[in-house]
Amino acid sequence: MAARQPIHDEQHHPVLKVQGLKKKIGRKWIVHEVNFEVYAGEIFGFLGPNGAGKTTTIRMLVDLIRPTEGQVHICGYDVLREPERALRCVGSIVENPEVYGYLTGRENLEHFARMIPGIDARRIEEVTQLVGLTGRIDDKVKTYSLGMRQRLGIAQALLGRPKLLILDEPTNGLDPKGIKEMRGFIRRLAEEGMAVFVSSHLLSEIQLLCDRVAIIGRGRVLAVGKVDELIQANRSYVVWELEPREPGERLLRSAAGVSVVNDAGSVLDDTIMAGIRGQAIVTQMQPELIPGLVQGLVQEGVRVEAVQKVNPTLEQLFLEMTEGESIE
Amino acid sequence: MKALNNILPLVKNETIKMIKKKRFYVILLVLLVLVPMFAYAQLRQAEDKREKFGTDWRREVQQAITDNQNSLGSDRVPEEWKKYRQIYIQQMKYYLEHDVNPREPGGVSFTREFLDNAATLFIPLLIMGVGSDIVSSERTGGTVKMLLTRPVRRWKILLSKLVTLLMFVSLIIVSTCLICYLISGLFFGYRGWNMPVFTGFQLRGVEVDLSGVHAVPQWQYIFMQAGLIWFVSIIVAALAFMVSVLVRSTSASIVIMMATLIAGNILTNMASSWTSAKYLFMVNLGLTNYLAGTPAPIEGMTLGFSLLVLTVWGIASLVVSFLVFTKQDILN
Repeated sequence: MAARQPIHDEQHHPVLKVQGLKKKIGRKWIVHEVNFEVYAGEIFGFLGPNGAGKTTTIRMLVDLIRPTEGQVHICGYDVLREPERALRCVGSIVENPEVYGYLTGRENLEHFARMIPGIDARRIEEVTQLVGLTGRIDDKVKTYSLGMRQRLGIAQALLGRPKLLILDEPTNGLDPKGIKEMRGFIRRLAEEGMAVFVSSHLLSEIQLLCDRVAIIGRGRVLAVGKVDELIQANRSYVVWELEPREPGERLLRSAAGVSVVNDAGSVLDDTIMAGIRGQAIVTQMQPELIPGLVQGLVQEGVRVEAVQKVNPTLEQLFLEMTEGESIE
Repeated sequence: MKALNNILPLVKNETIKMIKKKRFYVILLVLLVLVPMFAYAQLRQAEDKREKFGTDWRREVQQAITDNQNSLGSDRVPEEWKKYRQIYIQQMKYYLEHDVNPREPGGVSFTREFLDNAATLFIPLLIMGVGSDIVSSERTGGTVKMLLTRPVRRWKILLSKLVTLLMFVSLIIVSTCLICYLISGLFFGYRGWNMPVFTGFQLRGVEVDLSGVHAVPQWQYIFMQAGLIWFVSIIVAALAFMVSVLVRSTSASIVIMMATLIAGNILTNMASSWTSAKYLFMVNLGLTNYLAGTPAPIEGMTLGFSLLVLTVWGIASLVVSFLVFTKQDILN
């Protein structure tokens, strides 16, 4: 084989580069055209509803599914042509962390370590400590909770000191404390220079965790960019709780640049709706207008009990990006 | 050499999984429970005969010959069976002439007979027990994703599974022979290694050609049997392996293999006039019958023919396994 030296300049060359990725299963195109790049030290979000082609794309990244067209390069190596070298740079959990229940945690790690050259018992000890499983590592995995399995999954992903970590819905099934720990953990890994690729169907999750995000819908990348920029490009929602309500609402309706949303349930996340009392008024407006409006309301004798800025739902974001076409 | 070094740790992985899944222990347990039952049944049979014929085995063989000869004249006996009986009579006469007891009781004889009976169904079922889920369990459990996202080529992973399977197949056959001998020895004594057994009966229609017949010591005969059974088991393992690659669910893969094996046994017993059935692998599993000189289930089958058919099936299933496994998309 000709000596084709890949360049490993981490500043300028992406750890993961996806070009024109397409997948057709049967007669249906599951993934139309996916392009993006992930660089060292960043947390890259892959956001899309279920059925958008997220999992299929992730599986193509790690050689579980052969793309119909397009290329995936990891650390400069083509995943299709040089899978051994490319996969040496990746640690991944695809969907659930499925490990052998009839083996202990340590036996599982030893099992996977044997499949990667140059991983010894010390490294197993290291990753066990890193994910905080030292106390239970010699128990059978079938006795583990979902959170512990997730940690073991991460431990096996980290065994080979990967440059790229791929996590598919990493907070799925975790309790709030576990989710928080997981976020902190992922951030630490990125700070150490690892490129982390995280998929999720929850906008809030991506917002809290990621530096950059690709939004995918119906097998296409709709947008790639910094998370805040993408969200702010679309107008935000502001929720008002006013006393008395009627004059307040009249005042908001008359204000310039403010439109009152009549059917709040369709644009806001259920979790946000749960926190809003029935009396609240939902408006769509630029957040910069809030101070002026509050002043105006107070002057009119309306008490402002709460003002809350909320982000649109993922679905809403999609509606705006695809200009009214709803997701299937 | 380098490739081998890569494979060894993978084989170790597979071996550990096989042992920890406790499949092999189950198989040993099955043998430990069933073999004493067979041995006991045989003991009772031997006692019955001793009551009837006393200690003289010649009377017993003579009686068997007479019984079979009498049945040849009856119209109710199908032609097919008559053929079997004619051959059987000629073989028994040969034993009688050479003053050798064909059913000398003993641990070694029991093992020999057990192997004869276990070759087509019992041992293949045990092989399936370890073979059917060796790949499909990884898919059922989802762990295949963990396996295939390692920096190891897919064919190496599959090869390591195949090597492990073949090791366990060999182990199962050795354990079957050992358990058989050790347990039946408790009932019949451990002797009989050097007892002569006749082999080399050539069948020409209903005539038995005795020119090639020679006696081999029983231990040698058992080795020949075990070798043939090992070959059959390798082929059954290769087929189970293929089904395991093609079918995602472990239970489905076990059902498919079991149904095929049992269908083979039924077909064999139908003593088929459907001659092209001889190209099916399932009717060719009774290789040990060629040693004993029992007629083949279908006209035109010989030891060489059966070996060839089985080899073709075995190689074909391995080719399919590797092609599918290295190319297939892991969608769930």
